[in-house]
Amino acid sequence: MNSINFLKSNKQNFYYFLYLGLFLFSISILDVVINAFFKINVTSFLPGVISVFLPLIIGFVGLNFIRTEYSGIKSLDIINKNINTNNFNAILTLLIIFAIIKATPPSLSWMIFDANISGDTKEACTGTGACWTYVKVWFRRFMYGMYPNDLHWRINLAFILVIALGFFGFFLRDNLKKYLALYYVIIYPIIAFLVIYYLISGGAFGLVWVETGAWGGLSLTFIVSFFCLIFCFPLGMILALGRRSNLPTIRYISIGYIEFWRGVPLITVLFMSSVMFPMFLPEDFFMDKLVRVIISITLFEAAYCAEVIRGGLQALPRGQYDAAKSLGMGYWKMHIFVILPQALKLVIPGICNTFLALVKDTPLIFVVGLAELAGMLALAKTNPKWLGFAMEGYIFAAIIFWIICYAMSKYSYNLEAKYKTER
Amino acid sequence: MNNKIKKILPQIITLLFVVGVFGFFTFNAQTNMDNRGIDFGFGFLTQESSFDVQFSLIEYSGSHSYARAYLVGLLNTLLVSFISIIFCTILGVIFGVARLSPNYLIRNSAAWYVEFFRNIPLLLQIFFWYYAALRALPVPEKAGPWFGVTYMTIKGYYIPSFIWTNLDIFLYSILAVIISIVIISAYAKKLQENEGKQIPVFFISLGIIFVLPALTFFIGGVSLNFEIPVLKQLSKTSYVFDGGIGLPPELIALVLALSLYTSTFVAECVRAGIQGIGKGQKEAAASIGLTPNQILKLVVMPQALRIIIPPTTNQYLNLTKNSSLAAAIAYPDLVLVFAGTALMQTGKAIEIVSITMLTYLSISLAIAAIMNWYNKKIEIKEK
Repeated sequence: MNSINFLKSNKQNFYYFLYLGLFLFSISILDVVINAFFKINVTSFLPGVISVFLPLIIGFVGLNFIRTEYSGIKSLDIINKNINTNNFNAILTLLIIFAIIKATPPSLSWMIFDANISGDTKEACTGTGACWTYVKVWFRRFMYGMYPNDLHWRINLAFILVIALGFFGFFLRDNLKKYLALYYVIIYPIIAFLVIYYLISGGAFGLVWVETGAWGGLSLTFIVSFFCLIFCFPLGMILALGRRSNLPTIRYISIGYIEFWRGVPLITVLFMSSVMFPMFLPEDFFMDKLVRVIISITLFEAAYCAEVIRGGLQALPRGQYDAAKSLGMGYWKMHIFVILPQALKLVIPGICNTFLALVKDTPLIFVVGLAELAGMLALAKTNPKWLGFAMEGYIFAAIIFWIICYAMSKYSYNLEAKYKTER
Repeated sequence: MNNKIKKILPQIITLLFVVGVFGFFTFNAQTNMDNRGIDFGFGFLTQESSFDVQFSLIEYSGSHSYARAYLVGLLNTLLVSFISIIFCTILGVIFGVARLSPNYLIRNSAAWYVEFFRNIPLLLQIFFWYYAALRALPVPEKAGPWFGVTYMTIKGYYIPSFIWTNLDIFLYSILAVIISIVIISAYAKKLQENEGKQIPVFFISLGIIFVLPALTFFIGGVSLNFEIPVLKQLSKTSYVFDGGIGLPPELIALVLALSLYTSTFVAECVRAGIQGIGKGQKEAAASIGLTPNQILKLVVMPQALRIIIPPTTNQYLNLTKNSSLAAAIAYPDLVLVFAGTALMQTGKAIEIVSITMLTYLSISLAIAAIMNWYNKKIEIKEK
């Protein structure tokens, strides 16, 4: 009876089935690999449909042969448990493996083997693959926009200073640590603003004035998202407190503000900043385009920030409020010394996510004519000397943004996990 | 007394501040508009718009009013949101379930899909599809048919259009089908509760769905024809597809980017919802003898949906708001048609931007209100 059971192995013929299954499985992989890398169809003598599906069928039979409940061989059990639990999973496994194998040679050859990076002109790109020369030539523009080439050190220096000042808080002496919140919420934004304003914009201390119209590229993305974050945080905090206040006027104004900004798309807010803002300001009052954009994104993000902080405030147990009140603390004392320090610690991952969304939203400022990375790509793409390299540019920008955003999201996951265990 | 002042004073100060800010803005706007000779008013909505829109669901030309241009933009926004919501739901459910698969490869491919598409700015994705990917498509005369009758070209996707005769009778029959299915299922539920009898509701409904509309074809005089797009030569080198429906490349790029981007968020919602159901629920259901299908239908899904639906609706709302990025690739949505072209022509900045913002705001608030009502309804009522 056992010998008739063709598709399932038993104790006696287990190794036959195992070797036969592995053999069939490797044949199917080999067939696809040969097909993908050397463009040779080994099974071309078979009729069309069978020739296409042959590796799938062979691999499926092979995986079916090696599937057992428990074999005692460690690696085989891992395979069976993870990628070969049943027929459906086996087919999906094969399809994914085949898709990866099939996609590897064309993408590799486009990105690396047939690509060009030498030279400085379009003519240097002779291969059939990507033209990284384009990205190389335009690299400084993508990073710094139209900012004068010999002044790029100013942007770099400003960023280094701002980051260093950000880490400054960690090295404070213990007896000064109580001013940490004060430093980050009020002093740091002001210093950072002055550093960026005087270093990048210039006009003082013997530095040449560079108008904001020339700012651009990835550095502008950082500047806009950085300022919006540090300005929207205090505003969001006030709004979150306002929404939880028991004074009806303040509560309803906060709710109205938050719901209004959360209900409109950012692009209309930017439209507003470019066409409506000038109407609302006194006639002889001129406000720079970049400042208008930063103000309107800050107002917009503050609403999201407020909701995140409100989540933190609501997560605190009632006992914290009661305890603070029973010590005779007033509203502000209670919030500054008891509630906010705990709540803000809870919302750091949420703020991180808001910041992530903010970074992903900054390319939108192109609608008001500010060219950050995506805007610079659009400019470079229409340059008559460099037509037809849109793909390379977008892939380059996508990789940069992906690295930034992925790192940030992983960081926020880690923070979340960390704070979860602490409570 | 002291307490009362403490309560009222901050409120008065806040109110004065808000009123002051608004008053300041209104005053400035008034002076600015007086100086520039612009007057405030919504009268321009009835004026002739005299600009054309590339792609419109309703009949529209330059001789129609600005109000109708607004409607064209709104409908285009709703169209692209609607199509993207359908696709992002399908993709999101597939990848959300795949992230929980026991299969290592499937689980990790789904995880990479989610991490990949949600960490690239949406605008960049739209640009990529529109300027890089769709530009690589063939020109009309070189395009081969997809599925026999549709053509994907650089100028858009051409699909056959339906030509109905007596469409209204067919729609009435659909309405009749829906009503009769509702009545039958209500009757079946009553019968089961009162007498314990079960009738095959599913097969009866299936029968009605096929029979009633089919009857309208044989008796009601309804007929359906397809108009297949045909390649037509305009001049020596230029070809177009004639007939059928042409979906512009802007729409395709937008739908692709929006649905891929939002599907990652939907996938996370679905995953969280399914993971949120405790193992005990499934084991308890299995121990009282429910089959795996029944467990999924009667125990897991009703609870998982309660977790999944609110955040997913939020994502749909985000998608609708994000569809305003259409302006970046000149798809004629509300922002481009109204806040772009119409604003440029009339110069009525305040009116037009406020109408646009109010439109999005009312869509958001309406969906939020429905969501709150739904949340109240499905809330677990603990005793």
